[in-house]
Amino acid sequence: MSIQTDSKRILRWGLINFYRNTVVSIASVLMMTVTLTVIGIVIFLNAVLGFSLAQIGSKVDVNVYFYPSVSEAQVLQVQQNLQQLPEVASVEYISEDQALSDFRTRHASDYLTLQALDELGANPLGATLNIRAKESGQYESIANTLDQNTSLSNGSTPIIEKVNYAQNKAIIERLTSIMRSVQTLGLAITAFFIVISILITFNTIRLAIYMSREEIATMRMVGAENKYIQGPFMTEGIVYGIVSAILTLVLFVPITYWLTGHTQAFFGGLSLFRYYGDNFFQFLAILLVAGILLGMISAWFAIRKYLRK
Amino acid sequence: MIRFEHVTKHYTDDDRSVEDINLSVHAGEFVSIVGHSGAGKTTLIRLLLGEIKPTAGNIWFDDFDVDALKRSQLPMYRRRIGVVFQDFRLLNNRTAFENVAFAMEAAGRSDDEIVADVPHALELVGLTHKARSFPQEMSGGERQRLAIARAIINQPEVILADEPTGNLDPDSTREVIEILKKINDLGTTVILTTHNKSVVDGLGKRVVTLSKGRLVKDAAVGRYHHHETEE
Repeated sequence: MSIQTDSKRILRWGLINFYRNTVVSIASVLMMTVTLTVIGIVIFLNAVLGFSLAQIGSKVDVNVYFYPSVSEAQVLQVQQNLQQLPEVASVEYISEDQALSDFRTRHASDYLTLQALDELGANPLGATLNIRAKESGQYESIANTLDQNTSLSNGSTPIIEKVNYAQNKAIIERLTSIMRSVQTLGLAITAFFIVISILITFNTIRLAIYMSREEIATMRMVGAENKYIQGPFMTEGIVYGIVSAILTLVLFVPITYWLTGHTQAFFGGLSLFRYYGDNFFQFLAILLVAGILLGMISAWFAIRKYLRK
Repeated sequence: MIRFEHVTKHYTDDDRSVEDINLSVHAGEFVSIVGHSGAGKTTLIRLLLGEIKPTAGNIWFDDFDVDALKRSQLPMYRRRIGVVFQDFRLLNNRTAFENVAFAMEAAGRSDDEIVADVPHALELVGLTHKARSFPQEMSGGERQRLAIARAIINQPEVILADEPTGNLDPDSTREVIEILKKINDLGTTVILTTHNKSVVDGLGKRVVTLSKGRLVKDAAVGRYHHHETEE
């Protein structure tokens, strides 16, 4: 028999079986939809977690304070050098004047301080560089670089008044370790749920095939080769996967829409609905591949038992 | 064409075992194997199909040893044998036409051949009008006739009918036996197991009697004798 005829028949019978075994198909599709929904939720959770951690992480920075005497060109030179470090995400330059006006805004209600400042006449504040690292764990090495690297200073005269890393160190380290544990925990929970749902789907499909065990025996008796018996069942499994993936993708539209209204503020401005829209094709690919693989592999494993002699 | 040589099969839970069976069936014969349930009739059929292996002895089909067949060779072998069972063993989510067509598909026949041959087989068993029905929509007699159509569709050399009338009323029984005789007249070897006296007596063909796993009588034109099966 040609491979083409073979595949055509296998495909055709897989689809016909899916259509005719209505109850079993509906049950399997619903079960697999639950599984794919769990996988989808896990993706959303990771996004939310990642977004929240990034939010927290972006609030951390290291400030480099320069002496007021240091010229703008020197500060810009340091900024340029810093930006070349691989760990550095961004370096923001705040000029002396900017620093002063920021100070005034911050202490707008603090009359005494402002009065003292006015009394001083000249601007006592130096320029500042706000450094953001790519990851929170990298601040230490950036701070060390600032301390040691002479290329960042101007010959023998010190230009940097202080680097506030030392003061923030404890908080930064604490935050870094919390973020790491949350990520690890997230990963563990993800793995746990995915394993559980795969087992449930596998069992459902196994049950569906168990109900066909007599038919399988009959097919063997008639002299059908194993691939010809297995093929339609695996096709059916694939169809379960495709239908469930589409169902799950559709389900996520109202779910994310509804959840966004309730959680956007809590998640620090992350819109699940917008995230879903932006990453729709990624979701499509992941759920489709997961569904198809799950259905196919489950069917393959489940039927193997009935094909042994 | 089929030869059992000193075939013995023991099951661990005993019962239905067979002891030292010697039996030859020639091409074109119609052989009835009779005996009480548990006498070993079905065991012989299963041995011949290669579903189980003999504890001792050999089973020959033409010139090859059934026991020596590899698992991958079994499908090819089984296409040379048509099987009919008491419980029909049809594919329940396929129509009558599709059930017959399945055996052809499994044998790798083309769609054109399937469209050409299946109606003939259905006609032979009188089920042309039921081609689009599912097994649940058919009577017991109709289901068994459908099973026969499936068994003969690939023009096997032998038809094994294991208690084909066990679940049928007398009218359906007669119909099924008539069809088996017709198939035999067309040249196919038929091996029938039964414990229905009237079926055997009406056939007037060779009868092999089994009792407690042993072959106790082999008559060219046999009748079903009760005293022989009970010892």
